[in-house]
Amino acid sequence: MSRRESKSGKASQQQAVQLSAGVKKDEPGYEAVPLVRIHDLHFSRGERKIFSGLNIEIPRGRITAIMGPSGTGKTTLLKLIGGQLRPDQGTVEVDGLDVHQLKMKELYRLRMRMGMLFQSGALLTDLNVFENVAFPLREHTRLNDAMLRKLVLLKLEAVGLRGARDLMPAELSGGMARRVALARAIALDPMMIMYDEPFTGQDPISMGVLVKLIRQLNDAAGLTSIVVSHDVKETSAIADLLYVISDGRVVESGAPGSLWESGSEWTRQFMHGLPDGPVPFHFPAPPLQKDLFGEQA
Amino acid sequence: MTEAFARLGRFGIDSVRHLGRASLLLLQVLASMGEVLRRPRLLVEQLFSVGVLTVLIIAVSGLFVGMVLALQGYYILSQFAAEATLGVMVAASLVRELGPVVTALLFAGRAGSALTAEIGLMKATEQLSGLEMMAVNPVRRILTPRFLAGFISMPLLAALFSALGVLGGWFVGVGLLGVDDGAWWGQMQARIDWNEDLMNGVIKSLVFGFACVWIAIFQGYNSVPTSAGVSGATTRTVVHSSLAVLALDFALTALMFD
Repeated sequence: MSRRESKSGKASQQQAVQLSAGVKKDEPGYEAVPLVRIHDLHFSRGERKIFSGLNIEIPRGRITAIMGPSGTGKTTLLKLIGGQLRPDQGTVEVDGLDVHQLKMKELYRLRMRMGMLFQSGALLTDLNVFENVAFPLREHTRLNDAMLRKLVLLKLEAVGLRGARDLMPAELSGGMARRVALARAIALDPMMIMYDEPFTGQDPISMGVLVKLIRQLNDAAGLTSIVVSHDVKETSAIADLLYVISDGRVVESGAPGSLWESGSEWTRQFMHGLPDGPVPFHFPAPPLQKDLFGEQA
Repeated sequence: MTEAFARLGRFGIDSVRHLGRASLLLLQVLASMGEVLRRPRLLVEQLFSVGVLTVLIIAVSGLFVGMVLALQGYYILSQFAAEATLGVMVAASLVRELGPVVTALLFAGRAGSALTAEIGLMKATEQLSGLEMMAVNPVRRILTPRFLAGFISMPLLAALFSALGVLGGWFVGVGLLGVDDGAWWGQMQARIDWNEDLMNGVIKSLVFGFACVWIAIFQGYNSVPTSAGVSGATTRTVVHSSLAVLALDFALTALMFD
């Protein structure tokens, strides 16, 4: 994308990069500065607390997985990182910028450097595959048609769907739709990609393809990837760093290997998929006898 | 009793909150009009789906409403030997009232519900979220072109409804019931006033169009992103739009023809 004439210009990107913990992009130690810093994050939906003091650091250039049972707020966390939701307390910094202090224009400029793969793909249903991938390029660049076509075909080639360019989203399988969405997410050559449950509902072949693509794209394009998932096996196979969250906090973090062997009962139950343990099989309820026979019990 | 008051209070607060959110959305839509004017293709696409695709139902309805008006009018006017004024009666009824009102009701049912369902489904399938994450403002890209297209389409559709209604009335009155052709058109030309009748009708259709599209896009954008949520929002669009059109019609008529 180096030849692309971005409407927003590069000045703001450089400014953001310089802001990153005071370390400029070309200075030593820049790579060690986390790309995303979540500090003391609190977030509630109505009465229900989703996060209460969450702290996470996402290192640059690596695949970080955030795992936890359904309903722990993994997708909500991605929306907080992307600035689609506002926290009750705490900060989310992306590349040195406090996401929730940015003005709308600045936030949109930052989002141009973030890609997101939604669980459903979120393809625009009235556009075909080619136009879906071309969409962010048409919106944010002034590329001519010939250049745009080449770029889109290259992105589609990267996900193996160059031949599907004329299909409509309704004609794609779930796995193909996610690959098209992935091609669209990398269209603007972002610095990071957030994957929301990329493996849910996929057949083994599609799952294998997605696992390979996430790893390849991360390494080839020098991206930073955040994968939110509860598919333990697939996610730990590609992640460099795992965070396990529950009850609004980080329960444990580390390399996948260390979490498989974790001393924490809760983490072991989650990683090995055990039906009972610290997370009980039964949802809290009054005793069965009392429910069945009322006061006689 | 306390519970009833509490419920009434909650209803009041919810209504004010909804109105506030709808007003903020409207402000955002109005503030992003420039973008649509810079990219007219977005508007043209929506003019087709909101306006052109509604033409058939409007044309057929206008024709039949005009025919029925002529039939009913003839039976009453002939009792006073005033059949010659049938053309005026049909045209005045159409341009002053039935044209704008019935068009708005049909527009709410056909185009308004489609807008709400489309926007609601885009929300439910994360397409709007996807746009935000691609740094594209969904209000500017999705809502504003639809709003403007609806606002432009309504007076044109109302004009079509009234014109075809007059033709339908002419077919029944002159063609079938034997009213004099010269009297039909001559009386109409003499008695229908440009400002009093036609322009007031146009103003009404602009106001109704504004209300219907505002309600439709707000309901879609504000819908709960589930199938039940989108279905509920679509129903609310039709109900709220119809009630708004009837209430606004009363207010405007009282102001215009007092």
